[in-house]
Amino acid sequence: MSVSEPVVQKDQVNAPPLPADVKAQIAELRTRYPTSEAVLLPALHLAQSAWGGWLPDEAIASVAAELNLPVSKVYGVVTFYDLYHQHPVGRHRIRVCTNLSCQLRGAEEIMEAVQEETRVREDEVTPDGRCSYVHFECLGSCDTAPMMMVDETYHENLTPQRAREIVRGLK
Amino acid sequence: MFEPVLTRNVGNPDALTLKGYKKAGGYEALAKAIKMEPDGIIEEVKKSGLRGRGGAGFSAGLKWSFIPKDKKPKYLVCNADESEPGTFKDRLLMEYDPHQLIEGCAICCWAVQANTCYIYIRGEYTKSAEILERALKEAYEGGILGKSMMGSGFELNMYVHRGAGAYICGEETGMLESLEGKRGQPRVKPPFPAVVGAFGAPTVINNVETLCNVPHIITRGADWFKGIGTDERNTGPKLYAISGHVERPGTYEHPIGITFREMLEKAGGMYKGGNLKAFIPGGASAPILPADQIDIKMDFDTVAKAGSMLGSAAVIVMDDTTCMVRSVARLAKFFNHESCGQCTPCREGTNWMELILKRLEHGEGTEADGEKLLSICQHIAGNSLCALGDAAVGPVKSLVERFMPEIEQHVRERRCPFPERRYFGKNVGNGA
Repeated sequence: MSVSEPVVQKDQVNAPPLPADVKAQIAELRTRYPTSEAVLLPALHLAQSAWGGWLPDEAIASVAAELNLPVSKVYGVVTFYDLYHQHPVGRHRIRVCTNLSCQLRGAEEIMEAVQEETRVREDEVTPDGRCSYVHFECLGSCDTAPMMMVDETYHENLTPQRAREIVRGLK
Repeated sequence: MFEPVLTRNVGNPDALTLKGYKKAGGYEALAKAIKMEPDGIIEEVKKSGLRGRGGAGFSAGLKWSFIPKDKKPKYLVCNADESEPGTFKDRLLMEYDPHQLIEGCAICCWAVQANTCYIYIRGEYTKSAEILERALKEAYEGGILGKSMMGSGFELNMYVHRGAGAYICGEETGMLESLEGKRGQPRVKPPFPAVVGAFGAPTVINNVETLCNVPHIITRGADWFKGIGTDERNTGPKLYAISGHVERPGTYEHPIGITFREMLEKAGGMYKGGNLKAFIPGGASAPILPADQIDIKMDFDTVAKAGSMLGSAAVIVMDDTTCMVRSVARLAKFFNHESCGQCTPCREGTNWMELILKRLEHGEGTEADGEKLLSICQHIAGNSLCALGDAAVGPVKSLVERFMPEIEQHVRERRCPFPERRYFGKNVGNGA
């Protein structure tokens, strides 16, 4: 399989530059792979945290410019993966596992509790920008079901009461 | 009494450090391996009968032997994209004993003469990724990795590569696409990754647990490994991740081929003393087995003979308060969400399966729905590039074939006959 030559597109010209620390991290990552395209997933993770948890068009264009890839190609990758977001998210992002093992142990009640506590619908941001939540596929913590992930932290063996307290405690 | 092998360091926090791991005998297998001929290692692993622990159960040694000797570069990609619903065994191995995995990867790299290894870990496992990164850093500093692996002159670089949330990237060619920075859509096979893999080069792809077995095979020999298990096709220790309606869900290490009944007992029996209704023996993709299969031997071939599969050995247990339609509807939703969209039968079929199962659960099903589901299954099975389509068929087909009366009851009563289940202390275990 040959790796096709990237084409620079016009809309990359006006993309804002990536923050210097992100650029430096990408440069370090570049040494790990034989192609610059392979840096795309890690680079998008870095850009997403630099942009406050989601990837607006300008972030996508900036990553594309940095890696010399077509914007359309980066856009295609962003839309494929669940962990990249194209709309604003809360400062804290809650993912409630609702797959079978968690469902059997009460995941739906955890969803309800989170919904009641945040008073917004799934994937909407609370008016104070504090949090947003989604249901999620298996997070690999079935032995501690039901569970949810808040930002990078797993909260396990939940009860609706405990889930409420966790949501309330988010700043 | 079976001595844990893969999980022997679980609960020993010292094992997280290079010093602690070495103290417990770590990296002795690698030291032994670099004194062996690479082909000798492949032969030993082949002889051990080690089969892939990720789901497919393919002989690991055979996979390694397909790697061409003369080509450069070559790669090892460790599949740590553990996303099969019900599976959480690899997370344990990475979080409690990261050096065991690094050692397994290093021995594999030596055996196939690959100078680069990527550990492709699912994006959600940030804690595992951090622990692995720390262990890798120590391994580089301690001369295990880098320009000269343990002073052998063999260069080995190992990196953690984080995914971004897509079940399909656990499929080996989907993983390669993703590693290369693309959408994780599986490739047409052949060519197989052993010939054209990562970045166009020959590549071995092995699951975390598979690679963790390797140091023990090198240290204790193939004959020791073969002494554990059911027969010569089902050998070695195995991690079983048990969840759902059991008293003590968790990852348990047993000799492969333990019966489901024994495994259930060791996990404390049914949750709150409920009655077993059904269980999934190998993750969401495996057809559901009814309670009368309780004495089944949990090895690759016995489970396959019973019409299911051992898969990732993720065992999901359901008691008699469980609505099978609702459970399978949840799995169908998962497969619909995770289908990469490339092949029409899978993309469209998984969508229709979810819709039909949801309407059945909501009491809006028709008498023809069972037949319809089977017909969709038939159109998906074998008609997609990768195994996701077949996986999606597994639970649905087994629902229609083994639990048809429950579907009919949903249709007849125009509602789900199971009471809305409330957990957390109220009437748990006797709701039906």
